[in-house]
Amino acid sequence: MEHKTIAYICTGCGIGEAVDADKLIEVGNELAPAVCKKHEYLCGKEGLAEIGQDIKDIEATHVVICACSERVFTDRFDFEDVFVHRTNLREHVAWCHTANDDGTQELAEDYVRMGITRCKNAETPEPLVQEVSDSVLVVGGGVSGLNAALNAADVGHDVVLVEKAEALGGFAATLHKTYPTAAPYTEAGENPVPGLVAAVEGNDRIQVLLGSTVSEVAGAPGKFDVKVGDKEFKIGAIVVATGFTPYDVTKLEHLGYGKSPDVVGSVQFEEMAKEGKFVRPSDGAPARKVVFVQCAGSRDPDHLPYCSSTCCMNSLKQANYLLENDDDAEAYILYKDMRTPSLYEQYYEAAQATPGIMLTKGEITGVEPNGNGKVKVTAGNTLLGEDIEIDADLVVLAQGKVPVMAEEGILNLTYRKGKELPTLKYGFPDSNFICFPYETARTGIYTVGCVRQPMDIVQCGEDAAGAALKAIQCVHATGGGTAVHPRAWDQTYPDFFLQRCTQCKRCTEECPFGTLDEDEKGTPLENPTRCRRCGVCMGACPERIISFKDYSVPMIGDMIKSVHVPDEFEEKPRYIGLICENDAYPAMDMAGLNHVEYSPLVRFIPVRCLGSVNRVWIADSLSAGIDGIILIGCKYGDDYQCHFLQGSELCSKRMENVQEDLQRLMLESERIKIVQLAINEYDKLPQIVNEFVEEVNNLGPNPYKGF
Amino acid sequence: MTVALEAAETGAQVHLLEQGLSLGGRIAQLARYFPKMCPPSCGLEINYRRLRKNPNVMVHTLTKVTAINGGPGAFEVAIETAPRFVNGDCTCCGDCIDACGVERENAFNYGLDKSSAIFLPHPMAYPMTYAVDNAICPSGCQKCVDVCKVNAINLKEEGTTDTLKADAIAVATGWTPYDATKLDQLGFGKYENVITNVMMERMLAEDGPTSGKAVKPSDGEAPKRIAYVQCAGSRDRKHLPYCSAVCCGASMKEAIVMREVDEAVEQTIFYIDRRVMGRNEDVLAKVEADEKTLLQRGKVAKIVEDATTKVLTLSAEDTDTGNRVEAEADLVVLATGMVPNNGDLPLPESCQVDDNGFLVAGGLESGVVPAGCAVRPAPMAACMQDATGAALKTLVIAAKAS
Repeated sequence: MEHKTIAYICTGCGIGEAVDADKLIEVGNELAPAVCKKHEYLCGKEGLAEIGQDIKDIEATHVVICACSERVFTDRFDFEDVFVHRTNLREHVAWCHTANDDGTQELAEDYVRMGITRCKNAETPEPLVQEVSDSVLVVGGGVSGLNAALNAADVGHDVVLVEKAEALGGFAATLHKTYPTAAPYTEAGENPVPGLVAAVEGNDRIQVLLGSTVSEVAGAPGKFDVKVGDKEFKIGAIVVATGFTPYDVTKLEHLGYGKSPDVVGSVQFEEMAKEGKFVRPSDGAPARKVVFVQCAGSRDPDHLPYCSSTCCMNSLKQANYLLENDDDAEAYILYKDMRTPSLYEQYYEAAQATPGIMLTKGEITGVEPNGNGKVKVTAGNTLLGEDIEIDADLVVLAQGKVPVMAEEGILNLTYRKGKELPTLKYGFPDSNFICFPYETARTGIYTVGCVRQPMDIVQCGEDAAGAALKAIQCVHATGGGTAVHPRAWDQTYPDFFLQRCTQCKRCTEECPFGTLDEDEKGTPLENPTRCRRCGVCMGACPERIISFKDYSVPMIGDMIKSVHVPDEFEEKPRYIGLICENDAYPAMDMAGLNHVEYSPLVRFIPVRCLGSVNRVWIADSLSAGIDGIILIGCKYGDDYQCHFLQGSELCSKRMENVQEDLQRLMLESERIKIVQLAINEYDKLPQIVNEFVEEVNNLGPNPYKGF
Repeated sequence: MTVALEAAETGAQVHLLEQGLSLGGRIAQLARYFPKMCPPSCGLEINYRRLRKNPNVMVHTLTKVTAINGGPGAFEVAIETAPRFVNGDCTCCGDCIDACGVERENAFNYGLDKSSAIFLPHPMAYPMTYAVDNAICPSGCQKCVDVCKVNAINLKEEGTTDTLKADAIAVATGWTPYDATKLDQLGFGKYENVITNVMMERMLAEDGPTSGKAVKPSDGEAPKRIAYVQCAGSRDRKHLPYCSAVCCGASMKEAIVMREVDEAVEQTIFYIDRRVMGRNEDVLAKVEADEKTLLQRGKVAKIVEDATTKVLTLSAEDTDTGNRVEAEADLVVLATGMVPNNGDLPLPESCQVDDNGFLVAGGLESGVVPAGCAVRPAPMAACMQDATGAALKTLVIAAKAS
């Protein structure tokens, strides 16, 4: 089909009052679209009908809507089988710049040029529909894994459940009872593990492999090749439910472990409860006075800096075991803070009213054998205002949770970027996104339960359902040729023009999701279903051989080159702003909505992620006579906000190199600025933009202008 | 929104019913999340974008459920949609706001400022459409209608009713802040400079009534000393017998943000226990390391205002020492708790509600899956787990029913 672009300038919402639309049409027509016209209310019925009719009559393939932000009226400006580009003349021009000002008019003119130019090379994406396996692999047969397997099977997916031990159940199987998990939260509950195990074993869709580990995961979402021993499976998506190990009590010498056999870990105490034998390991005498030491390792920078979330409730349960066995027993719980959040408070309240359970805040100052066969526990800074000393029969150390996601092989991915899931600080392979807890750094692989964060049995159950959903969703999206989160609608995928690849390996190294592998020569091996479509590879490639149907290096490069750059004598500097479409772009919309004014000298171009910014765009800009480039992306560091994990950080590293290049060209490095901006910081935009413009204005014009 | 999107992205058809004017719930009103201190609008924006691009989700705002009939696989849900008085043609051009001379208390900002009678619910609202608070419109006033170029306003619009068919129902009705006027010893509603934590969030939000800065409502000046009162209603038999799970992290977060806003501010957080679970411990560590923020163990029993200076004196019992502590503050933030919202939802009888009004997450037989703070007070991340899980459970219900 012949490429035909039609373009519309909306004059509603103040655009017509701020700029000369007829002049915009003239400017647009210079680029020879099939049609370029204006309308006073483009999103209205008549406006939309006119566009629809034109598409039909002209057999248009591309439509440029120069009107409001692409964040509004998305459904109205959606025309079947044509490529739609939205140019924002409202929030980014009319609403934030002086009406009828040369600067405003010239900005709008450039945006019209850029919009039409973008369409020259853009194509409507065609989804990569393919046959996929809809089986789910679940690694780990504890509470989380059992629930995830049942959930996936319940919606019709086959499941392969791999468990390292010889029996299902995981850590929870060792529990005598669970702490209360339902209203009124006063009674310990039956252990749900036997029921779950029976349900899994009775489910035809679930294949259980005991005493097994995953020896290899190759392939990609929708078609993982998974080896478990000598068995091979085609798998659509993977749930990692490897759980936790209790913190190693032998490391708790400062809390008395090893000094007396009567100082035990909470895991050992649970075993005692299961056997119904509350006795001292040293002499077999009844343990009637028991001290529970909370945060034994947890909340301690020398051990586990985080809170293990369940130990307070667990010790309340264990204190109750003791009292249920022996009315006259005494349980002392020494805590830093009693953490029984939410409805669990009711269990704490019940314990406070239970004779025999003594609860106090306290800092442990010593746990030593007292010489008379007892263990002396001393604590300071207590609720009673004085130091306390308890001669206990038994001391129980509340052990924390350590995620099982260590160096040893859990998944054994054949990925170029490593065999296991990347972890955050403290070793949890969590997503780092509060809003999107399941998004790990490897597409199609979802973590669940205590491997992800310390959590209790109830939460593991909910979490398992969530992870199963994500796995199923991944299979669905992959088969239909769309991306998974966060670009769940995106049907594009990166195309590699490999004849021109120089095997520099930058794309394979920089992809935050481990999408690309390499052959022996270093040529990237594409795995499109692992891809999140951020474009980091496109930004990394010095040969510019990676592109998407609607987003490529030449597409943005041509937009930059389409900007009209007045010569230096006109004293009209021009700047390019490359901005993250997820956060900085909406922030600019907010600025527009609030009619916040800033310099009209910058032409902003939204990018999928700042990580997709290719260095050549900087060169394109400077050689076109652009005076400076500002890049606005998400915050990075430990608490990164980039939806593609490292995109903004990678961009900032690349730009440091670019700045060095500039200095070699005798250009000031200040001509390039990279700014971190959160979506809510729209109020900072004017200062950021104006300061940049002023700084570079002071440097004088780009000396390459006009060459 | 999460249940709807997660289910829709597996191919399910979803009706998303929201009683309010826009999606996002309480989260849209927060300044930041702990522990990352990132803005909630970041994730909301991604979700709005997912919604805009997903034809499987039908969004119904201003909509209440009036009856639920049938059962799993064959629910009939009767809904009532209140008039917005502005239709989807609204371009948010602002002409009507300029024309409207009537002011209303801005509920989105908990009454900390005013908006015109025709207004955008908030700058990131979804749908991005104005609404009219017609209860305060002077009778016969047509100013907004007259000025609207796209005829989007109809002050005579009437509500509609409809019946939707569904295989399964997820309930994610969330929470309301506990009514702080019930805490009579703490002076909310009596002393201007006693506010609640949700109001503090609005003040600290860049798009809030004070553009990201806390002020004393009495004079609009910046407070030099701020006190946070934890468990204002929560963990109290006379009010809410449960812990509201987020308030410790929220106050610590607010204290951290405040120090970014005003380096000189001195703050005290009165607490019973510091409940920040998992890696949220980092937030506590950060507050502990701040020399100008004091964590004071003790439950605040009383707040008294000096009528002339408006300085507030808090009395608390230091439960570490048993001594009484007094502290002065220019602004007091009450960490009020969560009350579940599902009270007037006509749920099938098979759905259980506990003594505190929370839905009991039981089996799937009822075909109704509760999620988030409808089940128990929980921080955002836990609600996202629930919600994603709830999406799966709705699919299971549908699969078993077919």
